[in-house]
Amino acid sequence: MTRQKFRLPVGGLIDRLQPIEFRFDGKRFEGYEGDTLASALLANGVRLVGRSFKYHRPRGIFTSGSEEPNALVELREGARREPNTRATVTELFEGLSACSQNRWPSLRFDWRAVNGLISALLPAGFYYKTFMWPASFWEKVYEPQIRRAAGLGRASSRADPDHYEASWHHCDLLVIGAGPAGLMAARAAARSGARVLIADEQARFGGTLLDEHVVIDGVTGVEWARACIEELKTSDNVTLLPRTTVFGHYDHNVLGAVERVNDHLAEPPPGQPRQRLWHIIARQVVLASGAMERGLSFTNNDRPGVMLASAVRSYVNRYAVAPGESAIVFANNDSGVRTVRDLKSVGLTVRALVDVRSGVDSAVRAELEDTGTQVFDNSVVLRAHGTTQLRGARIAPRGGGQGVDLDCDLLCLSGGHDPRIHLTSHTGVKPVFDNTLGCFLAGDLGESVSVVGGASGRFDMVTALRTGHDAGHEAALRCGFALAIEQPIPEVTGESAESASEALWQIAGATEKAFVDLQNDVTVDDLALAVREGFDSVELMKRYTTLGMATDQGKTSNVTGLAILGEQTQRAMADVGTTTFRPPYTPVAIGAFAGDSRGRHFQPVRYSPLHEWAVDLGAEFLEVGLWYRSRYFPKAGEDMAVASEREVLATRRSVGVCDVSTLGKIDIQGPDAGAFLNLLYSNGFKTLQVGKARYGLMLREDGILYDDGTASRLTADRYLMTTTTHNAAGVLAHMEFYHQCVWPGLDVQFCSVTEQWAGLAVAGPQSRELLSRVLPQISLDNDAFPYMAAGEFTFQGMALRLFRISFSGELGYEINVPAGYARAFADHLMEVGEAFGITPYGSEALDVMRIEKGHVTAKELNGQTTPHDLGLGRMVSQKKDYIGRFLSGRPGMIDANRQRIVGLVPERAGARLFAGAHLVGPGKSAIAKNDEGFVTSVTYSPALGHWIGLALVNGGEERIGEKMRAIEGLRGMEADVELVSPLFLDPEGVRLRD
Amino acid sequence: MRIPCPNCGERGLEEFSYRGDATVTRPTSIEPSSESAWLDYVYLRDNPYGPHWEFWHHISGCRAWFRLKRDTVTHKVLAVALAAGVDGEDHRS
Repeated sequence: MTRQKFRLPVGGLIDRLQPIEFRFDGKRFEGYEGDTLASALLANGVRLVGRSFKYHRPRGIFTSGSEEPNALVELREGARREPNTRATVTELFEGLSACSQNRWPSLRFDWRAVNGLISALLPAGFYYKTFMWPASFWEKVYEPQIRRAAGLGRASSRADPDHYEASWHHCDLLVIGAGPAGLMAARAAARSGARVLIADEQARFGGTLLDEHVVIDGVTGVEWARACIEELKTSDNVTLLPRTTVFGHYDHNVLGAVERVNDHLAEPPPGQPRQRLWHIIARQVVLASGAMERGLSFTNNDRPGVMLASAVRSYVNRYAVAPGESAIVFANNDSGVRTVRDLKSVGLTVRALVDVRSGVDSAVRAELEDTGTQVFDNSVVLRAHGTTQLRGARIAPRGGGQGVDLDCDLLCLSGGHDPRIHLTSHTGVKPVFDNTLGCFLAGDLGESVSVVGGASGRFDMVTALRTGHDAGHEAALRCGFALAIEQPIPEVTGESAESASEALWQIAGATEKAFVDLQNDVTVDDLALAVREGFDSVELMKRYTTLGMATDQGKTSNVTGLAILGEQTQRAMADVGTTTFRPPYTPVAIGAFAGDSRGRHFQPVRYSPLHEWAVDLGAEFLEVGLWYRSRYFPKAGEDMAVASEREVLATRRSVGVCDVSTLGKIDIQGPDAGAFLNLLYSNGFKTLQVGKARYGLMLREDGILYDDGTASRLTADRYLMTTTTHNAAGVLAHMEFYHQCVWPGLDVQFCSVTEQWAGLAVAGPQSRELLSRVLPQISLDNDAFPYMAAGEFTFQGMALRLFRISFSGELGYEINVPAGYARAFADHLMEVGEAFGITPYGSEALDVMRIEKGHVTAKELNGQTTPHDLGLGRMVSQKKDYIGRFLSGRPGMIDANRQRIVGLVPERAGARLFAGAHLVGPGKSAIAKNDEGFVTSVTYSPALGHWIGLALVNGGEERIGEKMRAIEGLRGMEADVELVSPLFLDPEGVRLRD
Repeated sequence: MRIPCPNCGERGLEEFSYRGDATVTRPTSIEPSSESAWLDYVYLRDNPYGPHWEFWHHISGCRAWFRLKRDTVTHKVLAVALAAGVDGEDHRS
């Protein structure tokens, strides 16, 4: 194992007593508790960690935070392998295993680095230019090749073994970020009694206090943070969420956050989730998310060893790691001097400070030069030297000139700072460019969100503490905590006043690749090319060059790219505009969004009260919406076709029983219940007598059929409506809309009783005889209980509703019993029915019987048909108003040439039919012009001994007797058919009525 | 988003279903002369930029339908009233 050669001997917030072993590309290393993967790699001198997306250039670690564009690795193995994981935010754990990405055969010798040599052929937009022809090559050749070449890491193809959960949280104040400003905001609000939630993406609270040398109220920043966090932890009204990224800000201060509960372990402990998705509803939000440093664009600015200055300070101060031994610092602001001092304080060599600005303070110059650091002001770094490792840099005056080459293995960049304001624009508030500060600031956010500290463009500690305090205090006041008192602002010592930075977006004279977007390999030249080719609006340039479109969403590159676009087109930043930040702020695992809604918990399951009854009878089930319906009841050796045929024949010959509990049931009561039904249905319900059921059609207001079902009048003021299984919820909402919004004057109440009552259909010539034995106290002869009779009865003390209605076309009844008694009643029915050979039948047999009878279902009520189309024109009243009344009468809705229902039989006995087949005239070819309709439902009819079907065909019944071709292109099937009446069986309905 | 149900108070968007424009009124006449009123009612909707009355249904709650005045630009909720009305007044503006 390699020892931690680049670990500084003292300091840092790591626990040197807790060594941790990990592997990178199969090689074993050691780090310490408190390390990230990035800091541990640097401690071991590993500076080359990946290959770039397009040119396969060697890349190292660029940042120390979540904005990392380069150091992306595949983390873990097997089912937990996760690609594109940022090494800079991956906490080190025992046994961690990571692999570099996008290289073959090895990281150091990558075959596809040849892309870099032929890069002149791969400019921005090369996809669009190169792979246009021939068109058929795109899918088969170009795209797979490009994907292989440009692939990022590989996701595991196995199921995710981990568990994710969701949590909801309401608070007065949400503080995003637990750096100095966030801690102050949380503390100020918490002291006033407000309910505070404070979240930070890192494991440890403190933000920059952990990275920088600063003294607050006489103690180190780390100590000050520790005391502040301790106070928050002991406050009952404060919730602390470390390892939690607030990734989205939605309307009305609803925020999404993901808590990485156990990502810092090899795998979650038993019973614990990997991650937790938080839905946060906050009255006030304080955004204290800090700022990110910007890089600088010069030739080969992507070499491993080129890092952001703030990241270098973080590695040195927080992790006690030397990212290099000999450094050059290149900056346009005071971050440069601070970095030089921090590096020197731990004994590292700093060869030079290159400051873009002129006139470095003479005292500073003397201080640095006395300790061996050359100071170049009004100068730039022209290029970096080295390939897989930085070897040096060329420094030149800004005015031009050859420059000098200095050796180094670390180049620290600071091109200014960008406030992390991504969340502020999620609700549509555009950021505004501030010319004085040289960065984008949040737009007008109203009274419920405030932005503080670095996120507000103020990068000094004193301002962070003060703005944090003020925002927390103000938020508490706004939430009504009148006792909120202002508190003293902690005193900061050792921080010198910052002088202004000087914007520098690109270094003139780049001869080779000068990168803007490191993750997507977008260079300064690419941006210039986009402008030359006319893609000079920000949205076009982004898409053409892919600037900012990688998984880091351009956190370290967008602003630079916009500024270069502005320079290229002679526009001010304010006129260039910005692209839109959208959630999530950083990538979130899909598993976190899915939570428990996966596998069989993807959606709720609804079981009929007779489910167990059907299970015991050996039923196979079919998912219908959320319901499980018994589909058929196979006996040994039977498949679905054989079983349902047996069920149909048994029902038509003797008696069958079917679970129809899933049909929607709505109990409607009140003096105006009848009037309400008369408005809901297209056919008349005014004349429906007590003790009678009626079939009814519901239309949409535009005249199209919506649902069908029955309504039974149980008493003068009480009706029971049934709906289709599919539309049960929709019909209830539809009725509520019309009752509450359109006819609020109607005195009627209703509610769903679908789950309170079980339903059994008992059908077949022996059904009356069977029920007479089961329910001896009820007179069931044809006069006493005729077709379409309905009534409420008592059976052994239990309420029971009986309806003489039939979907199968046989003499039939539907029985409703309270759901809790359903099983007992069904068992009793089966017992008595044994003498009649009672046969349970499923939805498949029901479908066969309804097609034989020409009854329609959702296949025919398909959202395009009218009652007229389905042969139900007589059920459209001309006498009354009802939903759909007016527009159903439009000429186009009742045109005889509309596609209307017919029956189909094959011309050749034994030929089968297919649902979905299209109908063309005999001898006509299967082209759209000849299309005259389509087949909606088909079945083999056991009663007739051949296949039958229902179809919607131009002209409908007027075409009966014609012959057509039914063509099913997907399966390559076709049949010659004859159009017939859709009533295949018992057209007079004798069986129903006798 | 947070939606204030007149019965249940402020609740999450996921409890509600949205129907749309609440400024249209179902015609009462079924005479042929009312055709344009019916076509307007069923098919024509304004798409205002700014305040707008809409129908919402607290479908996973009390199942009340109500009218909500929402700014379509900012999503700010400006007013709310039960559709059936409690005072018999028309709350649309």
